[in-house]
Amino acid sequence: MASHRKERPAEEGRLIETDVLVVGGGPAAGWAALSAAEAGARVVLADKGYHGTSGATAPSNTGTWCVPPGEGRAASVEQRFKRTAGLADRRWMLRAADQAYENLQKLVEWGYPFPSEEDGSLYIANLRGPDYMRFLRQRVQKAGVTILDHHPILELLGDDDRVAGAAGLARRNGASFQVLAGAVVLATGGCAFFERILGGTGLTGDGYLFAAEAGASLSGMEFTGKYTLAPHGSSLNKGLPFRWATFYGADGEVLRNARGEPVTNGIGGGERQVAEALLAGPVYARLDLAEPAMQDWLRRGQPNCFQPYERMGINPFTDLFRVDLKYEGTVRGTGGIRIVSSDCGTGIAGLYAAGDAASREYVTGGISGGGAINASWAIASGWWAGHGAARHAHRRQGRDGSRLRPLGTTGLRGTAGPAVDLAAAARTVHDEIAPLDKSYWRTSATLEASGRVLEDLWSRLNEAPTATGIERLQAREVAAVTASARWTVAAAALRTESRGVHRRRDFPGESDAQASRIIVSGLDRVTAVRETLALETAQEG
Amino acid sequence: MIEVISADRCIRCDICERICPAFVFDRDETGLPVIARQDDCQTCFLCEIYCPTDALYVAEQADGPTGITEPDVLERDLFGAYARALGWNRGRAGGTRNDPTRHIRVAQV
Ligand SMILES: Cc1cc2nc3c(=O)[nH]c(=O)nc-3n(C[C@H](O)[C@H](O)[C@H](O)COP(=O)(O)OP(=O)(O)OC[C@H]3O[C@@H](n4cnc5c(N)ncnc54)[C@H](O)[C@@H]3O)c2cc1C
Ligand code: SF4
Ligand code: SF4
Repeated sequence: MASHRKERPAEEGRLIETDVLVVGGGPAAGWAALSAAEAGARVVLADKGYHGTSGATAPSNTGTWCVPPGEGRAASVEQRFKRTAGLADRRWMLRAADQAYENLQKLVEWGYPFPSEEDGSLYIANLRGPDYMRFLRQRVQKAGVTILDHHPILELLGDDDRVAGAAGLARRNGASFQVLAGAVVLATGGCAFFERILGGTGLTGDGYLFAAEAGASLSGMEFTGKYTLAPHGSSLNKGLPFRWATFYGADGEVLRNARGEPVTNGIGGGERQVAEALLAGPVYARLDLAEPAMQDWLRRGQPNCFQPYERMGINPFTDLFRVDLKYEGTVRGTGGIRIVSSDCGTGIAGLYAAGDAASREYVTGGISGGGAINASWAIASGWWAGHGAARHAHRRQGRDGSRLRPLGTTGLRGTAGPAVDLAAAARTVHDEIAPLDKSYWRTSATLEASGRVLEDLWSRLNEAPTATGIERLQAREVAAVTASARWTVAAAALRTESRGVHRRRDFPGESDAQASRIIVSGLDRVTAVRETLALETAQEG
Repeated sequence: MIEVISADRCIRCDICERICPAFVFDRDETGLPVIARQDDCQTCFLCEIYCPTDALYVAEQADGPTGITEPDVLERDLFGAYARALGWNRGRAGGTRNDPTRHIRVAQV
């Protein structure tokens, strides 16, 4: 394809040295970069996409968990904690609420154009994605951070006991580059398992794979049974308007619950019935419970939600339209890299994680953090990780990088085995994880069957010839999604109960004995253990 | 998915190529963007609002193209639809001050 451009093409083998490397370009990455720069570090931010439009926030509209200091904050934590399926941690919730609030105030100071309440005070609890991320990019630029857009990281660099950089490619021409860094923050977002949701294409769990290759573990991967309603065939997994929906079958008859009442509120009580109905056939919705004032607020406040309707030429308040439940993996589920220290350290020296790349169990337990918690967590954890990384880099100054080696495995270091069709592989993983009867409801039979398919795919990926050039990106994405799926299946198989957004048809109840987190780790051999047992073993020996 | 680039409206500024998070566009020898990797498009509509001349159209189907053409988009006045709804204008951000989302959040619970 002919292409003429102003910028110079990236040269092969470019080497950059810095104090802190932030991997990612969403809010967690932006806040981590600002935080590390504030702490005096030189910062490079490398994004697979364009920092400002990439990730789950930019095309969305995120409500934050925004609680001012004072007595109300403790009450808000307590109220939220009750809904976290017993797995959150009040200390982390409190400090996340505090840090997120502080940083929202920074946005005010920096002049972000928040709307006003009737009494003239600013309403800071909602961040419109495109505007917020564009604003954040400008701040990151102003802070002197080097931004590498369209420069996905492919693997970490490290030696035996620490991580000290990463290697990636330029999407324009496939050229390789390396960043040597005193510390690395993984802010690569969640894993959407190739589901076509807002911001989803670049969210392939790359950070999970990088962390596991460096020896870190993950937690909460079974809390991935998360779906959100969307107009059929669209990318718009925004649940909010469905709060005012009534649902209908293909015959146009209203769906009814066990008590004979119409199924309504698709982000509350109605979701499960809609999911059941979708297993049997198409489901339709109409936002017929929204009064005229609400219709106006929805249209003006959530304009992205209305793009599909406008383009289809329908009025969702008066017309029936077909809906899907879109799978969201760890983007609105909670699993991710396990955090072991207050500065979002992963337990591997020099490696930090923030946002959806990290497990959000501390702040949201076994339920979804979408709608408020996740956005605040991205802000707070990004901030902590940035500071932690800057401090680590400062201590590490002057260490030489000559013993560093690339830590990447599957997709980068192959053998002479048969080639794998990566597009077909992507479909295979998606089909083992995304369908409602695989992840909305799980059984030991479905998990075992998926496990077999995924193990086979993983070994084929390992044996395939090494990818080269630009193809390395897809090879790594497929490897990362496959690994994420294997960790999900392992954790879900160990949790023989239903809790939060993990639902087992064969174990419908919650079991008190299983009220602890599940840690997964390993690449070729995946292990899943209960956190309580892991802690006891560590204390004993 | 991204489906339409209006060669008449486009001023060859290369913004869409730079800001598309999924790296969907290349350019031809005249500087006009081409949809080079359509299947990578994540249907986020962001190229539309960054474009200074409302020259791009993203159809609502995320799994594949609908086949809509430039005359259809013009006739239905869909160029720039998302930018207008947000309050963005000529690729510049705007409109957050008028965001009534607080009313929705209050009523949501
Ligand atoms: C439709 C939708 C609506 C939502 N609404 C809300 C809400 O109202 N409230 C709420 O709290 N949360 C909400 N969420 C969740 C929220 O958007 C996420 O929690 C948040 O975006 C996480 O920020 P992040 O920076 O960790 O990840 P993301 O914003 O997803 O960013 C991840 C970044 O990593 C980059 N990346 C990935 N792999 C690599 C790699 N290999 N190399 C370099 N860069 C890489 C990507 O390009 C991207 O820039 C919503 C999510 C969606 C999808
Ligand atoms: S942003 Fe708009 S005007 Fe600029 S190159 Fe793209 S289509 Fe053309
Ligand atoms: S809709 Fe989003 S992903 Fe698709 S071309 Fe436009 S900016 Fe790129």
